[in-house]
Amino acid sequence: MNIIVCVKQVIDPEAPPSSFKIDAANNKAEMKGAPPVLDPYGEYAVEASLKIKEAKGGKVTVLSLGSGLMREVVKKPLAMGADALVLLEDEAFTAGDSWSTAGALAAAVKKIGQYDLILCGREASDTNAGQTGPAIAEVLGVPCVTLARKIEIADGKAKIERVTSGGYDIVEVPLPAVVTVSNEIGEPRYPTIKGIMAAKKIEPVVWKPADIGIDTSKIGAAGRRLKISRLFQPIHEGKCELAAGETPEELAANLALKLREAKAF
Amino acid sequence: MADYRGIAVFCEIKGDKLLPIAAEGLGAGRRLADALGQDLSAIVVGSNIAGVAPQAIMYGASKVYAVDDPLLKYYQADAYVNVMEKVVKQIMPAVIIMGQTDIGRDLAPRLAFRLGTAVTMDCVDLAIDPESKRLLQTKPVYGGNAHAVFTTDTNPQMVTIRTKAMVATVPDSLRKGEVVNIPAGLQAADIRTKVINRVLEEVAGIKIEDAQVVVSGGRGIGGTEGFKQLEELAKLLKGAVGASRPPCDNGWMPDTVQVGLTGKIIAPELYIAIAISGSSQHMSGCSGSKTIVAINKDKEANIFRYARFGVVGDWKKVLPAFTAKIKEMLAS
Ligand SMILES: Cc1cc2nc3c(=O)[nH]c(=O)nc-3n(C[C@H](O)[C@H](O)[C@H](O)COP(=O)(O)OP(=O)(O)OC[C@H]3O[C@@H](n4cnc5c(N)ncnc54)[C@H](O)[C@@H]3O)c2cc1C
Repeated sequence: MNIIVCVKQVIDPEAPPSSFKIDAANNKAEMKGAPPVLDPYGEYAVEASLKIKEAKGGKVTVLSLGSGLMREVVKKPLAMGADALVLLEDEAFTAGDSWSTAGALAAAVKKIGQYDLILCGREASDTNAGQTGPAIAEVLGVPCVTLARKIEIADGKAKIERVTSGGYDIVEVPLPAVVTVSNEIGEPRYPTIKGIMAAKKIEPVVWKPADIGIDTSKIGAAGRRLKISRLFQPIHEGKCELAAGETPEELAANLALKLREAKAF
Repeated sequence: MADYRGIAVFCEIKGDKLLPIAAEGLGAGRRLADALGQDLSAIVVGSNIAGVAPQAIMYGASKVYAVDDPLLKYYQADAYVNVMEKVVKQIMPAVIIMGQTDIGRDLAPRLAFRLGTAVTMDCVDLAIDPESKRLLQTKPVYGGNAHAVFTTDTNPQMVTIRTKAMVATVPDSLRKGEVVNIPAGLQAADIRTKVINRVLEEVAGIKIEDAQVVVSGGRGIGGTEGFKQLEELAKLLKGAVGASRPPCDNGWMPDTVQVGLTGKIIAPELYIAIAISGSSQHMSGCSGSKTIVAINKDKEANIFRYARFGVVGDWKKVLPAFTAKIKEMLAS
C-alpha cells in the first residue's frame, strides 16, 4: 500500500477566538500569540493512514504545500509514524484557492508516482472549504469518497464508512482513490519518543514549481478562480444577562425566572 | 458570458419530498433571479421522483429539470456528477445553488472542477453586485472567526448554502411552472463506487435539527452519566440533547448530535449550552438560535459573548436546581 496524505500548516484554529486578528489590507488572518499547528483534520487523515499501514503494511508519504513551513509542525506526521515527507515550499504555491492548490498537489502526486490511496482532511480549518480532496480526484481522474469515518482495504478496494446526516453509508471504491477523513475516525495518536527520534533523521524532500513541471501561472494566487474581495470579522454584541445569586439554587432560580420573563420556553 | 443566464437550484429530496434545504435554496435563488431579472429553475435528480417537481414550483421555480433513473436512487458522486454536468451544459445557468449537506459537500466541488469553474462552500449570504452583476458569495472562514466575500469570473458561478441561513419562499400551490425531463444517459459502469449499505443511527425522540429547544453539553460534562441530567431537562422542555465535539469524540454521545461547523447546524428557539466554551466552530452550528443560555464555571468563556442569559457556576450544582425550578414553573 502506498498512501499519500495531504496536510498543511495552519494558524491554530483552537486558540481562543479573542486572539484572532485580521490584516484587512492583505486579506490575511493570524492567531496572536499562538504558534501555527498541523491542520487538525489533516491530522485525522494521518491517523487514518497509519491505521491502514498497521493493518496492511506499506508506505505513508506526507505531502504539504506552503511557505515558511515550520519543520516541527510539518514533521509531526513523521513523528506519528509516517515514512516520508514531501514539501511544495515556495512563495509561488501560496495564497491559492482549492483549484490551484489541488493542481499543484496532483502534479506532486504524479511525480511521487506510485499511489493506491490519497488521503486528505474533510476540510481545512482555515478555509473550511473541503474541496482539495475532490479537486485532486478530478485532476487525476480517480474516484473520490468524502467524509470517511472508517477505511478498510481488501482486494484492491477500499471499504469506507461515509458519514451522513443520519448515520453512515458503507461505500466500496476501487483503488487508486482519494478519500477525505472526518474526526469520527478516532483521535490522532500522539508522537512517541521513538517516533520523534526517527522523524529527526528524515529530511523532507523540497520541490519548487519547476520540479513538478507546473507553470507558476497555474498555482497559488496566480492560479485562483475564486477571487477574495473582502475578509472581515462578524460582530457579536455580547450583552449577556448573568443571573445573580449566592447559592447554586438562587442562581438557578433566577435564571429560570429570566427565561420565563423572556418567554424563552 | 452572456450565454449563461438564470439561477438553478439543485434540490435535495428524501423519498418524494423536497428537503427544507432545497426550499431555502429556492428562496435564495428567487431573490437573486429577481435582482437579475432572470429565471429561477430547479434541478431534481433521483428515482421515481415525479411527485417532486410540483413542490419545487410551489417554492418558486418557474422551470424544473427532472432526471429520473433507477441508477440515481441513492446519491453516488460518479452518477450525480455526470448527470449534473449534462444538465448544466444544457441549461447554462449563471448561478448554481446547492445545500451544504453530506451530498452538497461531495457533489459541488467535483462538479465545479469538472465544469472548469469554482464553487464557494457554505455560504451564509448571497447578493448580486449592482455594477458587475456578478454573485457576491459570503462564507465563514477560520472556523467562523471571520467571513470572506468571494467572486469568480468563471461560469457558472457555484455555491453551497449553509442550512437555515437563507429564508425559503412561502409556498404557493397556485404558482405555475414547466417540467422538463432530461434522460440520465448513465451506464452502470460509469459509477465506480458501490454503496453496500446505508446505516441510520438516529436517536430516539425529537431530532436536534427539528427541536425547538436544544440542551447541549460540552467537554465539561465529563461523561455519559452527566448527559442523563441534560436529557431530563430536555425532556421537560420537549426538546432534544445536543453536544459539542468532544463528547461525541469520546463516545459519550452519538456523532449524529454534534452541533457545529462539522456537525449539525441548528437554529432552535432556545439553546442551552452547558459546560461548552463557545469555540467559533461550535458556535457556527448554533449562533442562529433565538435565545442562547449558557451555564459555565468560567466567566471569561467565549460562550457568554453569544448568550442572552447565563449563569457562572458549576453545572453539577446549578443544573439540578435549574431543572427542578423549571419543573415547578411548568407545573403551576
Ligand atoms: C475544522 C474544525 C471543525 C470543528 N468542528 C466542530 C464542531 O462542529 N462542533 C464542535 O463543537 N467543535 C468543533 N471543533 C472543535 C472546537 O474547536 C472545540 O475544540 C470544541 O468545540 C470545544 O468543545 P467544548 O466547548 O465542549 O470544550 P472546551 O473548549 O474544553 O470547553 C469546556 C468548557 O466547560 C467548562 N466547564 C468545565 N467544567 C465545568 C463545570 N463543572 N461546570 C461548568 N462549566 C464547566 C469550561 O469552563 C469550558 O468553558 C472543530 C475544530 C476544528 C479545527
